[in-house]
Amino acid sequence: MKLVTAIVKPFMLEDVKGALEQIGVLGMTVSEVQGYGRQKGHTEVYRGAEYSVDFVPKVRVEIVTDDTQADKVVEAIVESARTGKIGDGKVWVSPVETIVRVRTGERGSDAV
Amino acid sequence: MINTGDTAWVLAGAALVMLMTPGLAFFYGGMVRSKSVLNMLMMNFICLAIIGVLWTLYGYSWAFGNDAFGGLVGGDEFAGLGKTIGHMVGAAASGPPPVPWPGPDALPALAFVMFQLMFAVITPALISGAIADRTKFLSWALFVILWATIVYFPVAHWVFSFDGFTGVNSHGGWIANTLKAEDFAGGTAVHINAGSAGFALALVLGRRKGWPRDHIRPHNLPFVLLGASLLWFGWYGFNAGSALSASDLAGVAFTNTTVATCSAVLGWLLVEQLRDGKPTTLGAASGAVAGLVAITPACGFVSPLGGIAIGLIAGAVCALSVSVKYKFGFDDSLDVVGVHLVGGLIGTLLIGFFGTKNVNPAALGDDGLFYGGGLTQLGRQAIAAFAVMGYSFLVALVIGMVIKHTIGFRVDPEEETSGIDEAEHAESGYDFSALGAMATSGLAHYNLGGADKVGAATSSTGAKED
Repeated sequence: MKLVTAIVKPFMLEDVKGALEQIGVLGMTVSEVQGYGRQKGHTEVYRGAEYSVDFVPKVRVEIVTDDTQADKVVEAIVESARTGKIGDGKVWVSPVETIVRVRTGERGSDAV
Repeated sequence: MINTGDTAWVLAGAALVMLMTPGLAFFYGGMVRSKSVLNMLMMNFICLAIIGVLWTLYGYSWAFGNDAFGGLVGGDEFAGLGKTIGHMVGAAASGPPPVPWPGPDALPALAFVMFQLMFAVITPALISGAIADRTKFLSWALFVILWATIVYFPVAHWVFSFDGFTGVNSHGGWIANTLKAEDFAGGTAVHINAGSAGFALALVLGRRKGWPRDHIRPHNLPFVLLGASLLWFGWYGFNAGSALSASDLAGVAFTNTTVATCSAVLGWLLVEQLRDGKPTTLGAASGAVAGLVAITPACGFVSPLGGIAIGLIAGAVCALSVSVKYKFGFDDSLDVVGVHLVGGLIGTLLIGFFGTKNVNPAALGDDGLFYGGGLTQLGRQAIAAFAVMGYSFLVALVIGMVIKHTIGFRVDPEEETSGIDEAEHAESGYDFSALGAMATSGLAHYNLGGADKVGAATSSTGAKED
């Protein structure tokens, strides 16, 4: 099993969610995060004092999936989240040792 | 004989000016960080409570009692306000010598007492912006008591107490009667006074941790604009109410208050547009306050076009002067100096240029420079402005140092970082956490008397019985 983690632009979240539903992904966890990579932040001015705000708001999407599905999930996210400009985000895949569904106690692939 | 129209307007004006202090609290409160908002609101609100009591005990008497010493301070005949009941103020009650200004008819003394109380409340409240985010609350309360007693009450006597106004043959303060400087509603006694004390306290307390390197952004700009709007509304009581009559002069003051504030907003935003490329909400709110401050002393002495000019100058100059603190490295956190001291000086001095007896024939002073009056009035304005500025600065510095070296004026660095609301008031302004009550360990102690102080009992053991 794999954990697919994606950092995307907040306004692309609807597109990413739609694309993942299309390929049959049934659930995901989403959180609001802040960070920066090559895209720098912005400046704000208060009574003439300029502050640079380095961190840019982003959305983190996390999906646990079967090994076989992982590439399709990554592809769907990358295709749907792309605007072609700096700051589109990143997607990475990490191995997951075990998963348990809290309600039933099912383990492994059955719990995905 | 009581003039009922005038009395009604002065009572309504007192209520309007009362609203300015909570308005100021939100203007300031929005500019601090979310972890200090309650402390900022409280520093302002406590002034209503403290000054309301002091004013009754001796404040009004020291300001408006018959002069006790060289035009510097009033006597104690009105202490406790007992002798104001059934007493009138104004020329008709006190007989000759006639009072040319304020108005000619009699007001019940207590309407005037309450109107002037609200000025005494907001003046120390204005100072709090200079020392936001880092002041021990009890030390602040002590400062308010001492500064009002030693500075505000006497200075109100200097500026606002006219010969013959509060009693037959009573004598007032030196700025109003001997110097004959003009200050319609408090450019000197309120704004220069507070701005100068704010500067002194910013020096006594020192910079906030991390200033100016770290981001100390306003946490709620809608509060700032809301507060500025409440100030603008209340300021009609402050300025038009200072005519002490429902009269032509009140209409003049109301008009000038409006147009100067409008042009000051434009002046501040123009500076921002040219210098920073964007007009800001904080700039609009600050411009409005700068205009209100500057027109305060002048609103009963200038024409509406003069009012527009004063507002425009104040908006632009204050917008530029708020950056001075970065150059000299003093943390006047919310720009009490840049807005109130500078704005107060601009308005007080510009009377020497734009003041005209065409607008106010009863004015005690002379025409300004632009109306052929020469430099006489400008000189008087400058003496009044710098006298108040110097006195307030020196006394605030001394009181501040005494508090600093006895009970301490500043919270611990650790408390400053974690948040002054929690450290000084055991409260949080906002609960944004979805976890809500789960983030606390439940009701630790229900205080029915005696027992532990709140905040001391934040142990993780949950319910704790004595």
